[in-house]
Amino acid sequence: MQAPVGTTFVGMPAFPDAARDALGDPVLRHNLAHATGTIRDKRARVVAEVDDWEDLRVDGAAVKDTALADLGTHLLALESALTARGARVHWARDAAEANAIVAGIAKGHGVDEVVKVKSMATQEIGLNEALEAEGIAAWETDLAELIVQLGEDRPSHILVPAIHRNRAEIRAIFRDRMAAAGRPAPDDLTDEPAELAAAARLHLREKFLRARMAVSGANFAVADSGTLVVVESEGNGRMCLTLPEVLVSVVGIEKVVPTWDDLGTMLRLLPRSSTGERMNPYTSTWAGVTPGDGPQEMHVVLLDNGRTRALADEVGRQALRCIRCSACLNVCPVYERTGGHAYGSVYPGPIGAILNPLLQGPGSSAWVDSLPYASSLCGACYEVCPVRIDIPSVLVDLRAQVVDAKRIVPDVSAADSGVRPRQRPAAPSPQSLAMKGAAMTFASARRLGLAERFAGVGTSLARRLPWLPGVSAWAGARDLPQAPAESFRRWWRRTDGGRR
Amino acid sequence: MTSAREEILARVHAATAEAVAPERPALAPSGPVDVDLFAERVADYEAVVERCAPEEVTERVAARVAGLRVVVPDGLPFAVAGSVADDGLVAADLDALDGVVTTATVGIAETGTIVLDHGPGQGRRALTLVPDLHVCVVRADQVVADVPDAVRRLDPARAQTWISGPSATSDIELSRVEGVHGPRTLHVLLTR
Repeated sequence: MQAPVGTTFVGMPAFPDAARDALGDPVLRHNLAHATGTIRDKRARVVAEVDDWEDLRVDGAAVKDTALADLGTHLLALESALTARGARVHWARDAAEANAIVAGIAKGHGVDEVVKVKSMATQEIGLNEALEAEGIAAWETDLAELIVQLGEDRPSHILVPAIHRNRAEIRAIFRDRMAAAGRPAPDDLTDEPAELAAAARLHLREKFLRARMAVSGANFAVADSGTLVVVESEGNGRMCLTLPEVLVSVVGIEKVVPTWDDLGTMLRLLPRSSTGERMNPYTSTWAGVTPGDGPQEMHVVLLDNGRTRALADEVGRQALRCIRCSACLNVCPVYERTGGHAYGSVYPGPIGAILNPLLQGPGSSAWVDSLPYASSLCGACYEVCPVRIDIPSVLVDLRAQVVDAKRIVPDVSAADSGVRPRQRPAAPSPQSLAMKGAAMTFASARRLGLAERFAGVGTSLARRLPWLPGVSAWAGARDLPQAPAESFRRWWRRTDGGRR
Repeated sequence: MTSAREEILARVHAATAEAVAPERPALAPSGPVDVDLFAERVADYEAVVERCAPEEVTERVAARVAGLRVVVPDGLPFAVAGSVADDGLVAADLDALDGVVTTATVGIAETGTIVLDHGPGQGRRALTLVPDLHVCVVRADQVVADVPDAVRRLDPARAQTWISGPSATSDIELSRVEGVHGPRTLHVLLTR
């Protein structure tokens, strides 16, 4: 299977290196602390209003697990319902296939621009860049996506991709960049959020009114009715879903819910977890083509791009329940300090730390392998997740998979069982050498006694010589404890367990 | 060569061969319908909420849209003096108008949400999107307690728009600001 492309920002360093840079940026840290603090409070208030919130979470998880357990059946039901209602269904194994389908539709209609509803799936596959390479401009219409696109920046949050920008920075981007993309920002633009929003309204309206083709994702795809659902705030989604002649929706195969009634639970969970509102301003639902209303040509691209890989991982499969609310990012102590860019993906934060390795496979790159360690395992993400994804447990399992991928002696029995393919590394990691050494030492009482005798010497050496190879990585961020003068075993022999 | 469809479905089947669907928990039944709560929660979104008797609707709507150019959909159960009928207006025509007057299908008390299924009196979706003012008449008997009740009452085959207040964004420092691309003013007339 070809590794999916697009999820990674090209040339991303592993998390610890990227995080170090982010931690040195005081503006970023201030912006993030302010924004995540605001959203945490809002979420807590509206979640406290719902008496049976914990039951709702259990039900939300069950809705998605029910869909995933029989995903093939639900996908076929979705396909036939959509087709019956006049939509054309496409299937894409990876990013390249999905991008080619969308570009082909655009070229078939001779359009040189499309308007876009905010969509994680199209971010993941790098659709904008792929369309640009074909001479088609893809205009992001969500306010935060617009800020990122105009600023030639990268998204750093799932819900609010420009969360790392404050109002003054946004004003500067609008003043400097809007003119090159269309209607310029007003001359007297201040950094009042209401004025910034009004500038975006004016800038994008001409694009909405002339656009002939739109590209969206979907928050949910209802299998039994062929209904797609897009949840949004600004009305840019409604513009894209309603005004153009052609609509293409790129939908990850895990977005399926079995029945229309399942939305009763999902639409209670999502807005409260996401923007901290009882309900988001606008939700659009549509089932294929509605004669005389909205786009009369509709395409749905069902996207795999690593999702079946994640589905085959018995522990990690639950990550496919994710409804992209961002609650886990907003409560994560690591995310709050490093921001989203350090994760090197359109999926940052705790969910990104498991989703990227699950989609791409542990052992596929140093960047992927660093992500399961980008966590203190505090568990706050699990507590707020509206579909109860046990992120800490998946992180721990993925750490084991990363270590297995670097084993000195490949675990032959596991490899042969076919449960989880192990990868044979080129060279053993210092960690696996150290573990190998420790295993040998603990296996023999004589070797353990010798090691204990030299432990004091070893640690004091390491304290004095922190640049020693193999010591620096560990000691650079930690204080080594002083080994006791006498080991427990020696004390026991000398005193007969305290009786002498 | 296998098609993408066959290959994805084969991978899905291989991955889920042993998977079992879980039990769904029993959720608490919906409480009673509280129309006052609906009015309160619509107003929480900075929408204007006015309550009146059914026979007062024509007069109240006329007062709200006086001096404005508004469009009305087919099937609106009351007349709006001086309004424009929706006879194939293109988006640019709608952009030149000030507002729209419609009815609704469902109101949700728990969340202060109005749902349009774009049947008679509600118009096609662009009508309630492009003009800057949306005057929406909701009957008390259309209000349900919560989201699951609304979902059960709605038809998944119809295009729907769920509206909770005027258009808004939280994209600048996570603070909510009203007024982006959709109608910046939502005026709800709730009749007894």
